[in-house]
Amino acid sequence: MGTTRGPRPEAIVADGIDRSLLGQQPHRRHGLQWFSAAVVLFLVFLVAYSLATNPRYEWGVVFGWFTSERLFTGLLRTLQLTVIAMAVGIVVGVILALARLSHNIVVAAVAAFFVWIFRGVPVFVQLLFWGFIAAIYPRITMGVPFGPEFFSVSANDLITPFAAAILGLGLNEGAYMSEIVRAGLLSVNRGQTEAANALGMRRFTVLWRIVLPQAMKIIIPPTGNQTINMLKTTSLVSVLAFPELLYSAQLVYSANFKTIPLLIAASLWYLLVTSVLSTGQYFIERHYNRGSVKIVRAGPIVGLVKMIRTRRAAQEVQR
Amino acid sequence: MNEVVVEARDVNKHYGPLHVLKGIDLTIHRGEVTCIIGPSGSGKSTFLRCINQLETLDGGYIIVNGSPVGVKIKNGRVHAQTHNEVARSREQVGMVFQGFNLFPHMTVLQNICEAPVRVKKEDRRVVRERALKLLDRVGLAAKAGAYPSALSGGQQQRVAIARALAMEPRLMLFDEPTSALDPELVGEVLDVMRDLAGAGMTMVVVTHEIGFAREVGDHLIFMDDGHVVEHGKPRAVLESPQHERTKQFLAKVL
Repeated sequence: MGTTRGPRPEAIVADGIDRSLLGQQPHRRHGLQWFSAAVVLFLVFLVAYSLATNPRYEWGVVFGWFTSERLFTGLLRTLQLTVIAMAVGIVVGVILALARLSHNIVVAAVAAFFVWIFRGVPVFVQLLFWGFIAAIYPRITMGVPFGPEFFSVSANDLITPFAAAILGLGLNEGAYMSEIVRAGLLSVNRGQTEAANALGMRRFTVLWRIVLPQAMKIIIPPTGNQTINMLKTTSLVSVLAFPELLYSAQLVYSANFKTIPLLIAASLWYLLVTSVLSTGQYFIERHYNRGSVKIVRAGPIVGLVKMIRTRRAAQEVQR
Repeated sequence: MNEVVVEARDVNKHYGPLHVLKGIDLTIHRGEVTCIIGPSGSGKSTFLRCINQLETLDGGYIIVNGSPVGVKIKNGRVHAQTHNEVARSREQVGMVFQGFNLFPHMTVLQNICEAPVRVKKEDRRVVRERALKLLDRVGLAAKAGAYPSALSGGQQQRVAIARALAMEPRLMLFDEPTSALDPELVGEVLDVMRDLAGAGMTMVVVTHEIGFAREVGDHLIFMDDGHVVEHGKPRAVLESPQHERTKQFLAKVL
């Protein structure tokens, strides 16, 4: 490109700079790039060679179990946990965020205390607490405090491993989501609330129609990350003997001792789903960024597709 | 004399140790245009914001459209208004801000229709009709479907005026409506305001546009350091100011 133009008569001026050359693509040296690429490729080759030739990976077993019904059932439970725990987390997070922004200092302080506890204690420990809740409260009772009881159930019947998992994951997530939602709400210009107030809008309308939609732009990207994290964190629930993806794999390898192949099969499912979620997040972010100039970071799949497309486009231009 | 729309008596306001309003008295009648000028920090915007309770006063009272601002009297006692009561009283008072404050996630038409539909529960089609007429009136009929980010400052401010008018207010407050505009865009906003004044709207305008105040205003108020220093016909105040502070200020801005 740019080389087709011949030197014009005025190209070389008294200062000796050949202006006809200046329009051309400058030459670049690629020696170091070739070298580092070769080193990295060699390392990749070593890893791939080991993966392919080390018989202890037992790839046949991996793919046999990867497509098995037992792991698939576990995967569905993992997805179920992720969706419900995230939903609980978002609802709790919005409530906590609003409470922390409340003018009532008692409400704000209790919310801050809740966040402090549920963010400060490892989620693994929290899951254990919920799993052993019956040791603290053997019976859970509905009724008037210090007054009559309406009904009473055994905690072990009410807080099943699934319920314990949802409580543990959801409340922990709520604490994190509250910070995300709070940052989103605070990011909306005060003038927006004032303008809405000046128009006579009630408080709920101001929040629901004016502030939240604008806060979404800030809230959505980290929430996507949280969802992907949640998918992986659900594997901790295996400690409650709830047969999600990891525990399903553990059940199998505790019987057939194919430990590594089953862990790989489970990992492949986690990788597959997180990749799909990252791709989904890219499109959601793009939707909420309509009209603004912020660049959305692409995940590996979208990134690869984009890279190939731009390369191709560049090649076509060169032709 | 026309009916009184705003009656402010001995209005006081503190921000912590800062005494920003030191006893403001003001009466505004229906159809009048009152312009408030003064150096920054003189309390003029704060006073304006007290009229629709974006700021609470801590001394004196304001009565707007026949109801006391922020309080209600029940059985001989004064009670604070609830949030909903405050919101209801704001329905009759339109406000235009220095920074426009259009809702960026809504189109121009949605910006205008939102409050009448959500707050006054008016029929969507009726509101839409009225919104389009208002847009035509401010010269932006072609921009109904545009998002605010696609408009110039002057256009945004004209939409903001239309948005306030869509609630059919009895009083319009303007808080430095042209201060954030590029000089060449000031005129189009002032034109809309001039039309509005001509149509008989009661207006309180905090402004630095002395020319507008002279030409359109019925009253001119000069505020300084939390006081109303001078109050009169615009021409009288501008041409023969009585107070030294007014003279100094006008010497700088004219």
